[in-house]
Amino acid sequence: MTFLPKPKLHHPDLQKNALGYTRRDYEGPVSTLCAGCGHDSISAAIVRACFELDIAPHRVAKLSGIGCSSKTPTYFLGASHGFNSVHGRMPSVATGANLANRDLIYLGVSGDGDSASIGLGQFAHAMRRGVNMVYIVENNGVYGLTKGQFSATADKGAKSKRGVVNTDEPIDLVGLALQLGATFVARSFSGDKAQLVPLIEAALKHQGAAFIDCLSPCVAFNNHDGSTKSFDFVREHNEAVNALDVMLPREEITADYAPGTVELVTQHDGSVLRLRKLHVDYDVHDRVAALTYMQERHAAGEIVTGLLYVDPEPRDLHAALKTCATPLNALGDTALVPGSAALDKLNATLR
Amino acid sequence: MLQQVDRVEGLQRVNDFVVKFANVNGSGSASANALFAKAVLRMGIPATPRNIFPSNIQGLPTWYEVRVSEKGYLGARGGGVDLMVQMNPQTWDQDIADIAPGGYLFYDNTKVLPPSKFRRDIVVIGVPLTEMTNAAYKSTRERQLFKNIVGLGALSMLLDMDPAAVEQLLAEQFKGRDKLIAANVQALHMGRDWVTANLEAPIGLRLKRADAVGDRIFVEGNSAAALGAVYGGATVCAWYPITPSSSLAEAFTRWCQRFRVDKETGTNKFAIVQAEDELASIGMVIGAAWNGARAFTATSGPGISLMQEFIGLAYFAEIPAVIFDVQRAGPSTGMPTRTQQTDILSCAYASHGDTKHVLLFPEDPYECFEFGALAFDLADRLQTPIFVMLELEVGMNERLCRPFQWDDSRKLDRGKVMTAEELQAGKKFGRYLDVDGDGIPYRTLPGTHPTKGAFFTRGTSKDAMARYSEEGHDYQENMERLLKKHHTARTLVPPAVIRTAPEGAKYGAIYYGTTSPAMFEADEILADQGITLDLCRVRGFPFGDEVRDFITAHDHVFVVEQNRDGQLRSLLVNELEIDPKRLVKVVHYDGTPITARFIADAIARRLQSTPLPSLREVVS
Repeated sequence: MTFLPKPKLHHPDLQKNALGYTRRDYEGPVSTLCAGCGHDSISAAIVRACFELDIAPHRVAKLSGIGCSSKTPTYFLGASHGFNSVHGRMPSVATGANLANRDLIYLGVSGDGDSASIGLGQFAHAMRRGVNMVYIVENNGVYGLTKGQFSATADKGAKSKRGVVNTDEPIDLVGLALQLGATFVARSFSGDKAQLVPLIEAALKHQGAAFIDCLSPCVAFNNHDGSTKSFDFVREHNEAVNALDVMLPREEITADYAPGTVELVTQHDGSVLRLRKLHVDYDVHDRVAALTYMQERHAAGEIVTGLLYVDPEPRDLHAALKTCATPLNALGDTALVPGSAALDKLNATLR
Repeated sequence: MLQQVDRVEGLQRVNDFVVKFANVNGSGSASANALFAKAVLRMGIPATPRNIFPSNIQGLPTWYEVRVSEKGYLGARGGGVDLMVQMNPQTWDQDIADIAPGGYLFYDNTKVLPPSKFRRDIVVIGVPLTEMTNAAYKSTRERQLFKNIVGLGALSMLLDMDPAAVEQLLAEQFKGRDKLIAANVQALHMGRDWVTANLEAPIGLRLKRADAVGDRIFVEGNSAAALGAVYGGATVCAWYPITPSSSLAEAFTRWCQRFRVDKETGTNKFAIVQAEDELASIGMVIGAAWNGARAFTATSGPGISLMQEFIGLAYFAEIPAVIFDVQRAGPSTGMPTRTQQTDILSCAYASHGDTKHVLLFPEDPYECFEFGALAFDLADRLQTPIFVMLELEVGMNERLCRPFQWDDSRKLDRGKVMTAEELQAGKKFGRYLDVDGDGIPYRTLPGTHPTKGAFFTRGTSKDAMARYSEEGHDYQENMERLLKKHHTARTLVPPAVIRTAPEGAKYGAIYYGTTSPAMFEADEILADQGITLDLCRVRGFPFGDEVRDFITAHDHVFVVEQNRDGQLRSLLVNELEIDPKRLVKVVHYDGTPITARFIADAIARRLQSTPLPSLREVVS
């Protein structure tokens, strides 16, 4: 098929970030997804988040599984290494990559088929291990590449484009992530850039397992009446618990909101999440309450979005494994090979 | 006390016999048994122990068979057992039947058994171990543990074993815990003294100090392979528990704790993850190796089956990976605690589509170490999965072998990795370009350079610049290059070890892995019968020219294997395009290790009963 390079015509006045990169430097080749696909909006949000956070593009490793969503890493961050692995197995590849070099940023992109069906196990274990990565599921409730079969996140009673009604209970990845100890959990909507970009930024700044379930309607197979993952349905039933701004340490933090309506969460790297509460009672630090709340609202037919849970001081897999500060892939022979003297000593104990 | 049913002339052998301990799993017998084997070695006599155990943790029968052989035969001997140390009533009948005529039975006679439970053609030695330990110790645990040592003491007296060898081992084992040493030595002598007072010792089987061990070491293959991984620079291990490979990953943990913890910070220069399954294990290995760390997994046949898809990805996307496959009897769950060489084909051609992988076949712990380290260089050099094909027989048994060696001038070969400096200097980078003509492209690691060298890794087809492509010629060129790379691998894997008879033999034998000691011994048995063989021990796949030359130089070649279908033979036929008639299958696959007697019998019978027609004319 096709590889479509994007013409590199930079406008001389394009805005540059602190590292001197323009937005263009974070883009990739032209997307081959359907026109209007929600996934492309997420790619655009990733581009913007990385640009705004002044992340050097080559310091990001982007990984995915198989499916429409998993194709998207080709279409953003063209200067980053990417890895389109096997179906449902991105989490293990990302875990291994992360173990090898703790200094890069790991961005995993997956879909609802990739993570909730074939890859449910790997999704769960990456969350419970606390792999320091951003894990985005572009959730549209169907298999796009194979033309519209239900996925495991499709709601019970939802109708497919061909008129089939789904009879299985949906898997809620947000609920699972919360239960399994993810230290940053959010849900968003590809059609809400204002909400999505800061969430991705906050996740990129988070030093643990950060999960974003992003509803991303499939214009080809799941955007009709009777679908609970269509643009119209998600817009109508979207209930955000908060609105978020991410402020880098260098920015001046102002809080000109009424008391109780704004919470400032300082993350481990000094960045600050400014949460404007849309639900005064919602506490982003209460895992159990978050779970209950999600279930209640789901039962009422609503889709709760926003930052749902955050632990500003997460312990990641490297902390658990006590790995050294130097990335494992940078250790040289001297650090790795004990040498002949150690071997002679050892031989003596094996006689 | 002596329950001698009949007066039997027992076998008379010095430093050449087989002792089998029949125990209950989980009764603490393992350490006493190992002590016996090690004490024999300390007396300068080669001994080869084998654990024979069920897929179970506690309560079921387990055996420990030790072959004592001053001549240095390390393979299983086969045939009846010369001395059965029977400590498990559950397997009494079977164990009694296993004793060779004239052999000896050593058992705990605290409970008197009817004469019908014994054989008339064996020497029966009863020692009241339970009675003795019940009198001497209070706690059940002590009684149980010391019973093994009292038994060892009695045995040492009967076999004329030097008690100093055992005492020295106890002192080393419990170093710093003097009370424990004293208690064990006391138990040892309790057994010895009882034998002196009540029986005629030594019996016809005797141990006599010799000098046949040399500087060899005694170690398990899994442990050696794990040490090889440390020396090979592995930093990431992702694994899922499966018999018989679990002890490899566990040994890696121990070696890392010893050699890879930073003294100043206490942090680890390694990462070991027990994954949720074999798919995740190999996925983590591939992710880590893609990112420049040396990574491996350890598994067995069922794990290999589960990893197939990922192995194909690593082959096609060209990512290094090291897989230690400690083989057990298949198919399916098969016999998880029995040995075989049964994953040759499933590894050589792992995954869907056209694939060929690199395999290494270590014969003993020395080579487990050597190939374990080498595998990481090969994986980086060839950017492909490397399989180290252990077998339960070598993985889970301690085996005498050459001492480990390391050349300090040896550097880890990281293969073709393009650096930021090279990229900056303008060196052309195309991930799948065959720049050097050896089929091996250059790779870059994530995060190397701000603007150059990034590429997209994928399991879909691509062009030489790593761009997605469904063009037939792009796909085919890539597949041809992969074949060329596999061809290059022939020159990098360890060559076959060939031993030709001085006058040149008409027949040859090809073998690999743990068949080695049995093959050597079989060769001597056959030589005594006037049958001369040339020998070729295959150590790697793809096969080098020397393997093809060896086959074509002989009328017929026996391919000796431990699987039903002759898997290596199939691989030889397929890859070297050998006329199958030239390769005569000799297979042993009941789950027990192949023996010299079996090999010699099979080959002799084949040559004597149905002489093989000469193929020279037909072929040439």
